[in-house]
Formats: sequence, structure tokens, C-alpha cells
Amino acid sequence: MGSKMGSSLLRRRRAEWLVSLPTLVWLGLFVVIPTLLVFVIAFRPANPYGGIGGGWTLDTIRALWTPSYLAIVGRTLWVSLLTTFLCLVLAVPTGYSIARASTKWRNRLLLLVIVPFWTSFLVRVFAWKSLLHPEGPIKRVLEALGLVGPETTLLYNPTAVVLVMVYTFLPFTILPIYAAAEKFDFRLVEAARDLGARPFQAFRRVFLPGIRRGILTAFLVVFIPALGSYIIPDLVGGPAGEMLGNKIAQRVFTDRNLPHASALSAILVLAVLAPLIADLTLQRKNKKAEIIMGEAP
Amino acid sequence: MRRSRFPIVVTAVVMAFFYLPIFILVANSFNPARFSSRWQGFSLIWYARLFESPEIWQALKNTLIIAVSVTAVSVVLGTAAAFALHRYGSSRLQRIHYTLIYQPLVVPEILMGISLLMFFVAAGVPLGLFTIFLAHVTFCVSYVAMTVLARLQDFDFSVIEAARDLGASPWQSARKVLLPMLMPGIVAGALLAFTLSVDDFVITFFVAGPGSTTLPLRIYSMIKYGAPPMINALSTLLLAVTLTAVLLSQRLANRRYDAGNSGT
Repeated sequence: MGSKMGSSLLRRRRAEWLVSLPTLVWLGLFVVIPTLLVFVIAFRPANPYGGIGGGWTLDTIRALWTPSYLAIVGRTLWVSLLTTFLCLVLAVPTGYSIARASTKWRNRLLLLVIVPFWTSFLVRVFAWKSLLHPEGPIKRVLEALGLVGPETTLLYNPTAVVLVMVYTFLPFTILPIYAAAEKFDFRLVEAARDLGARPFQAFRRVFLPGIRRGILTAFLVVFIPALGSYIIPDLVGGPAGEMLGNKIAQRVFTDRNLPHASALSAILVLAVLAPLIADLTLQRKNKKAEIIMGEAP
Repeated sequence: MRRSRFPIVVTAVVMAFFYLPIFILVANSFNPARFSSRWQGFSLIWYARLFESPEIWQALKNTLIIAVSVTAVSVVLGTAAAFALHRYGSSRLQRIHYTLIYQPLVVPEILMGISLLMFFVAAGVPLGLFTIFLAHVTFCVSYVAMTVLARLQDFDFSVIEAARDLGASPWQSARKVLLPMLMPGIVAGALLAFTLSVDDFVITFFVAGPGSTTLPLRIYSMIKYGAPPMINALSTLLLAVTLTAVLLSQRLANRRYDAGNSGT
């Protein structure tokens, strides 16, 4: 009996390996090895033909410690944080009203949120580029209202980058907020109001803490891809709106310096990992606290 | 007690914010004016120009060759992966497997592009359609796996055991029972993979070589070096195609599986 169970277990293990192996091999080859390679190449010298030289060096890492690179890293961080903040400010009321709408309206609104999520990214960025164009409609309206002079350019500055980033990331923010708001028990808000809380107080002290998990997910879903932005700063940012992603592409396509590009990418990997790891530890801590306090997870 | 109107107002503003730019773009694609500031009547001139451009046709051909082959390979790999993740869920191997599949969904595209470029350069693989194909399969597998996995969540594996008890071989039970039940999920995953492949710019930009220009690469250089009215027309066509694919995949993904199975 024991040996029979052993052999069926073995067969199960073999079947498991057999169906898992194709993706394990593929992703190992095209995700794990390339990611490790980025870190390795950062310590290699560049060769004059745009390839990777032999031997090891710390020169690339040293070359990054200059004010111009630090300024780019700083801008990448604040543009991403500001984008994430603005997305959350717009997404929380939107997610709230979708969750409170009737079933018919809820489905309609959700579809309206999902559609831009699927339309070509380049097309959406281009739409804004022509809106903000010196001869585009926004400039004309602002000029007619006397808000801007004829010399003002709306394109090619960090504000344009933030605006277009909010536009492209907002659907990703609304969905997790809505998912959390939908599970929220709105009687709690009513109870707070009955006990004398003003609407904004009830919103801030009851609703926001109630959907904090959704807010955290939304934060990660926007902040992480925002750090790696490339198309938006490239098309509407100009030199004043450059981010880390643009520097990486420049090192690859303009200077043909792969070790430099690798070192910059390694910084980006670390910047992306930090919030993910923070989130994981936070979750683990919360779970522990909940177990200690005897609450259901 | 009156509910605040503030959230509803914000929602309306957000929806206008989402759709006005797209609306203006589509309208301008029918505007014959070179600098689309004033409406000068309805015209299809930019569409005509678009169809006369040989570069567009070449780019479209490349895009479709890649998208079709990527869809075929990533559907097979992704479905097998989803099956493994669901069936053997809690084992240590599957936890590693899941982490690997999850990674392309969280990591910014530019990192995937640059790391694959380094890999292809280091391995001496010439850049071109083949490297784009490899790169696209790498992220499409994850999306297919997640879509099929969602479908598997409400699959009852005792059906497979029943088929086995009735004398079906493992292969037969997989092909005749499991596969038809998973079909709507697989088709939804395939549509998703196809759309993602057709739409991808950043990763393609890094791993493309001479002569492997795809449609997004073409659109990008048109945006960068100026041909606005033609991009409006091309964008409108692209929007129409992706919207059709989305609506189709939504319908398939939402279909309950007893309904999906009623034909067999």
C-alpha cells in the first residue's frame, strides 16, 4: 500500500513538472537570466563598438554619482509620486460613486473605465500631444481667456508629463479603489453621520480607512509603472521633462553604451523593488497584528 | 440625510477627461485641414493617403506575422501554466512558477525591454522579427495564464476523475473534457495576447532590428517626426479594431461555463 501511494505521488510530481517545465524554462531564459544580466553588465566596461568589453570595472557606477543623474532620479521620483497622488485624488470619489451606483449604471461606468485601459497607449499619448500643440484647441481656449500669452508652450515640460501620465494611469487606479469600495459596508458611514459626523469627516475617518487595501494596491499599480515611464516623457516632456527611462534609452540608442544603460536600469529595478517589498512586509505585519488581536484576516 | 454630490461631479469630470481627447482625435481624422485647428468638412483624404503608404502596409504585415505566432505559442504555454498553477497550487515549485509568471505583470516594460536587449546582444542573437517574437511571448504568456487561471477557479476537477473512471486516458480526458470547458477562457486569453502584441511599443522598440518595423514603431516615428493627420486616421482604425477585440473577449470571459459548454 505504502509503495503504491509512493508511486502515485511520484507520478503526480512527474506530471506536475511536465506541465510546468515549458513556462519555467521560457521565463527562466527570458526573464530571470536577462534580469541578472543587467546587474552583471553594470560592472563591465563598454567597448568602442557599442558592445560589452571584457573584465570588470566600477567606473560606470562612479559615473552615475553626478548631479545631473541625481537630478534625473529625483525628477523621476517626484513626477511619479505627484502622478500617483493626483490619480488617487480623482480615483477615490470615482470609485466611490461607481460602487454606490445602481447595477445598471455601475456596469456602464465600469465599461467606460475599462475601454481606455485597452486602447492603444501611443494613440492616447498622441491625442494629448495634439491637444497641447501650440495650434491645438487647449492653447486657443487659454489664450482667448487671457490665461496664457502667445509665447507660452504647453508641451515639453514636467507639467505636461504629469498631466498625460494621470490620463493614462487613471483607469488602473479606479479599478482597485472600486473593488475595495464595493466590499465596503456603507452602513458604517451612515452610522457615523447619525452620530454627528459631518460628510467629509465620515468620509475621511470611516470610508478611507475602510478601503486602505485598495488605495495601497492602486498606489503600487500606478507608482511602479510610472517610475519606468518612457513614451510620455519622450513625446511630451522634452529635455526639461526627462526621466530615468529616457536616459536608459539614450544610453542604448544614442551613445551605444550598454554598461551605462545597465547601471541606470539597476537603479530602476531597486526603485521598483523598494515599494513592493515595503508592501509585502506591511501586509505580513498587519496579518501578525490581526492574529494577535484575534481578528479575522 | 442628503448624500454629497461631490463624488458624482468628479466621476462625470473623469469620464469627460477620458473620452474628450479620443473624441477629438477621431473627429480630426475626418478633417481635411493640415493643422487640425478648424473643421473644414468631412473627408477621407487621410485614410486614402494612409492606404497608399507602402511603409504602413509593410509595418502592418510585420505586426500581424508577430501577433499571430505570438498568440499561438503563448496560448499553449499559458494554458499549460495555468493548469499547473491550479492543479498543483500549493507546492513549492508552483509558488516559484507563480512568482515567475507574475513578474512580467509588475515590472515596468522598459526594464523588460532593456534586459532582453542585453540578453540578445550577449547571446549573439541578431535583432529582428524573431527577437520581437520571443519578447512578446514572454509577457503574453503571463496574461494568458492569468486569464485561463481565472476560468479554472470555478472548474470542478471531479469531472476529470469521472472521465478517467469511465475509461478515458489522461490525454483523452484532457482533450475531450477539460479543453472544451476551458475554451472561453483560452479564447479570451488569445484575444488579449493578440491585442497586447499588436499594441506593444516599448519592449518592441528595444529588441527590434533593421527591417522589423511594426505598426506601433511606425506610429511612434510618425508622431516624433510629424505626420499628424495620417496618425489620426491610423489611430481611429486601430481604436476600432482593439475595441472590437475587447468587447469580444469581455463577452467570452463573462460567459458562465455551463453556458459556454451548452454546445458540446
